[in-house]
Amino acid sequence: MTARKQAWFTFVALAIGLALLPLLVEAGLGRSWVRILDLTLLYIMLAVGLNIVVGYAGLLDLGYIAFYAVGAYCYALLASPQFGLHLPFWVLLPTGALLAGVFGLLLGAPTLRLRGDYLAIVTLGFGEIIRIFLNNLNTPINITNGPQGVNLIDPIRIAGFSLGKTQHLFGVTFSSPQLYYYFFLVLTLIAIFVALRLQDSRIGRAWAAIREDELAAQASGINLRNTKLLAFAMGATFGGLAGGLFAGFQGFISPESFNLMESIMILCMIVLGGMGNIPGVILGAILLTVLPEALRYVGDLQRAWIGHVVVDPADLRMLLFGFALILMMLFRPAGLLPSRRHLNELRHD
Amino acid sequence: MDILVQQLINGLVLGSVYALVALGYTMVYGILELINFAHGEVTMFGAMVALAVISALLGAGVDLPGVVIALLGLLTAIPACMLLGYGIERLAYRPLRHAPRLAPLITAIGVSIVLQNIAMLIWGRQYISFPPILPQGYHTLLGARITDVQILILVASLVLMVALTLLVQRTQLGRAMRATAQSPQLAGLMGVDANRVISLTFIIGSGIAAVAGVLVSAYYGLAHYYMGFLLGLKAFSAAVLGGVGNLAGAMLGGLLLGVIESLGAGYIGDITGGFLGSNYQDVFAFFVLIIVLIVRPSGLLGKPSHDRA
Amino acid sequence: MFTPFRIAVLTALVSASLLTACGHSGTDSNVVKIGSASPLTGPQAHVGKDNENGARLAVDEINAVGLVLDGKAVKLDLIAEDDQADPKAATTVAQKLVDEGVVGVIGHLNSGATIPASKIYFDAGIPQISPSATAIAYTASGFNTAYRVMTNDAQQGTALAEYATRQLGAKQIAIIDDRTAYGQGLADEFERAAKADGATIVAREYTTDKSTDFMAILTSIKSHAPQVVFFAGMDPQAAPMLKQMKQLGVNAQFLSGDGAQTPKFIELAGVDAEGAIASNPGLALTKMPGGAAFKQKFNARFGEIQNYSPYAYDAVYVMVEAMKRAKSSNPAKYLAEMPKTDYQGVTGHIRFDKKGDLTGGAVTLYQVKAGQWQPLQTILSK
Repeated sequence: MTARKQAWFTFVALAIGLALLPLLVEAGLGRSWVRILDLTLLYIMLAVGLNIVVGYAGLLDLGYIAFYAVGAYCYALLASPQFGLHLPFWVLLPTGALLAGVFGLLLGAPTLRLRGDYLAIVTLGFGEIIRIFLNNLNTPINITNGPQGVNLIDPIRIAGFSLGKTQHLFGVTFSSPQLYYYFFLVLTLIAIFVALRLQDSRIGRAWAAIREDELAAQASGINLRNTKLLAFAMGATFGGLAGGLFAGFQGFISPESFNLMESIMILCMIVLGGMGNIPGVILGAILLTVLPEALRYVGDLQRAWIGHVVVDPADLRMLLFGFALILMMLFRPAGLLPSRRHLNELRHD
Repeated sequence: MDILVQQLINGLVLGSVYALVALGYTMVYGILELINFAHGEVTMFGAMVALAVISALLGAGVDLPGVVIALLGLLTAIPACMLLGYGIERLAYRPLRHAPRLAPLITAIGVSIVLQNIAMLIWGRQYISFPPILPQGYHTLLGARITDVQILILVASLVLMVALTLLVQRTQLGRAMRATAQSPQLAGLMGVDANRVISLTFIIGSGIAAVAGVLVSAYYGLAHYYMGFLLGLKAFSAAVLGGVGNLAGAMLGGLLLGVIESLGAGYIGDITGGFLGSNYQDVFAFFVLIIVLIVRPSGLLGKPSHDRA
Repeated sequence: MFTPFRIAVLTALVSASLLTACGHSGTDSNVVKIGSASPLTGPQAHVGKDNENGARLAVDEINAVGLVLDGKAVKLDLIAEDDQADPKAATTVAQKLVDEGVVGVIGHLNSGATIPASKIYFDAGIPQISPSATAIAYTASGFNTAYRVMTNDAQQGTALAEYATRQLGAKQIAIIDDRTAYGQGLADEFERAAKADGATIVAREYTTDKSTDFMAILTSIKSHAPQVVFFAGMDPQAAPMLKQMKQLGVNAQFLSGDGAQTPKFIELAGVDAEGAIASNPGLALTKMPGGAAFKQKFNARFGEIQNYSPYAYDAVYVMVEAMKRAKSSNPAKYLAEMPKTDYQGVTGHIRFDKKGDLTGGAVTLYQVKAGQWQPLQTILSK
């Protein structure tokens, strides 16, 4: 096989695999795993978005979940009984993404001078501020419904075709999580494509320059302010889009879904996978979404191997997850699939 | 007036609590530039170990004054935490000394999760009460009240800060620490065993965490395997506010954060005419933090940062 | 090359395939699976585990006696899942329980997790009984599968406000809530009812469900000199809050809801707990037929009751009684029997209204006297 043929073969195999995945998973593992697949796609989108800020531009952001929240609330408030509005998804998703982008600028503008951990703590504060506002804006005017959250959010409907219920297509029955899977898959692939193109674009090289050496980048004519702001805004847009999808998929959102631990987890995904390297980031997102779920089965494992449950799986699940984080980092400190450029940095160190 | 005084006292005590934890944070940061996310959990372990000893002693009916029992608990917790801190550094951070900057951050989060869950396995999911063995009296100051434990916390944080500053500025070990912080390689050329110095820093930082943990749980009367996370976070914010890596900065940042939170919660309603309430306490605190960092990007007492994104 | 990664993937695959194996072996028609969903890790794990324990006690009791449905002996199997008190995890867990073929679910603990999960149970046609979710929105979605054996915020908030204004004669009241769905919901209902009864809310303060320092808001409350301080939240906050009230010299009656009416509260607050008043839905456990026996059995097996285990225990019985009436554990069949529930449980007389809320939900007030919660009086909600 020529290299070209081989590439085509891989591509086709991958496409078929991704298309069949939810059908096989639902048949083999159950529908909950299709839901986990859906969430995994959302997290891939988030991780790819955060990677623009942290991986490409080197700006440590611990408040990324705020943009996810902005997108989710934008969708929820405009498509639920909260205000009696029921706008279609093709209005909601771009609006949410755009609004999140604006919030990205809002966060970026005052923090241009900050670096490293100082930037981290300010972004963390920003994330918390957004969450606290969402949690409290039920008085004096009820906007977000406060801690009670927004319920009965419209599912995503594409030209009257609801992803929220079981549908029959071409003689095959698709469950709602499966339908969402295909929709999320398309958007995730677009997000990945955009992120990959960005990396090698003029802007991407400017981000890399800033990451490596801010002073040198400035000296070579890069507008620091605009380039940094663009990174924040771009990253936030991805988050906002994912947030809108999450709201439609879940049907209910409340501020507690957007806490600091979520921001930290998304950061873990990109560092663990390999910062700056899209395949690595995707791998990190998959691992950290699937692993905690897979660890739910340690009880079944014990039953299968020892015959009865020795240690309560709930006691072990997060413990094993913590150990996994440590071990993975110890064995591959640059991430599971490090980016070549970052790897070079390592060697020079 | 007495309300304002009371709020200032509230803030200073809360701030001292933050400062106690922040001191340990900032020590480690100063030398390694590593956000030791697990520091809050070390604090929690300190509280838990001390409580285990205290309840064992009380359970055995040991006839000693409460203060002595608490002290015995503390004296067990300190070496236990020191050992823990040493172990964490050795196993989770040292192998990553030359890894990309964010790698140890992930192991730190991993260690934090592991410690929480180990504590859950050992001491259970319940909140554990700290028996009232310390003096429970209070004094009146300008119409406001301050309790013995509050005074103890204020004094302890001050003493520890001064002691640590003396350690860093005046001793051989302190000089080695400062040298290692500037450049481990150069310090090594000067005959400083960087590994030993870093280990000692972790040990001392963890010892302080134990003191902080015991005081915090004595003050609030409870301990829980999850208590370290939020405490660590606030302490980290305090350290950054003061200028991370700077001991006096940690103290200043802690006290300031405490007072800001206290006054924020107490007066935010009056300032905004009842539009915002104490639910925006943290918003207020973070807002001040952000303003301070915009004006002084390296914290209040921090040195201008070199590039380390 | 990627050894750790490979191991991780391998573990995931192995465990996943085992799941399928287990899933198939469990389709044994004699086994009826009931799900229990609550946080088993994280800050609320102790209350979550308590719910699971309550349900487990009931399941084991029923199995010991032997359950016969339509002439066939069946065995109940309780499958407990950790929803981490997280709405996202809750939906995954809900779907997992549905996949595993549970015929009913006892859970979840928090309203925030219960509400999104309720849609999945509704779509699957599986009855759900929450032992502890109080948000009004839970049963307001119009799902015929959603029930609770706990009063909602309006029922409890009104009863508490009635007690504060009429029995305690409070004119000036300060309210604190923990900004969770539970705390805010209860506090809002309390505020509404108290105002309707002519009381003035002199301060409305807020904290979080992770705080331990309340000095600032209490100092502010002190300056308004209320007769009653009402806190809507859980015991880990209520206990230090009460201690700090005493410390600051706030001379007001401390009043709280079911989140604080726990033995843990007394243990954590120590001597300061004396005189505190808190409510809990239903009747006093000690006064109920079978209540003392329940407490004894629970204590012997799991230790102290944390909070909602009696409700989880009742919830299992309510569910099984409906199965007995329907002579089937098939959710489609026994769901129709759920509205006809009329069950005398250890927490009270359980009947449901059209939405799935308790009818005439009684709320009992308790006061700490000599280090014990003593029932004061029971208020029947309208």
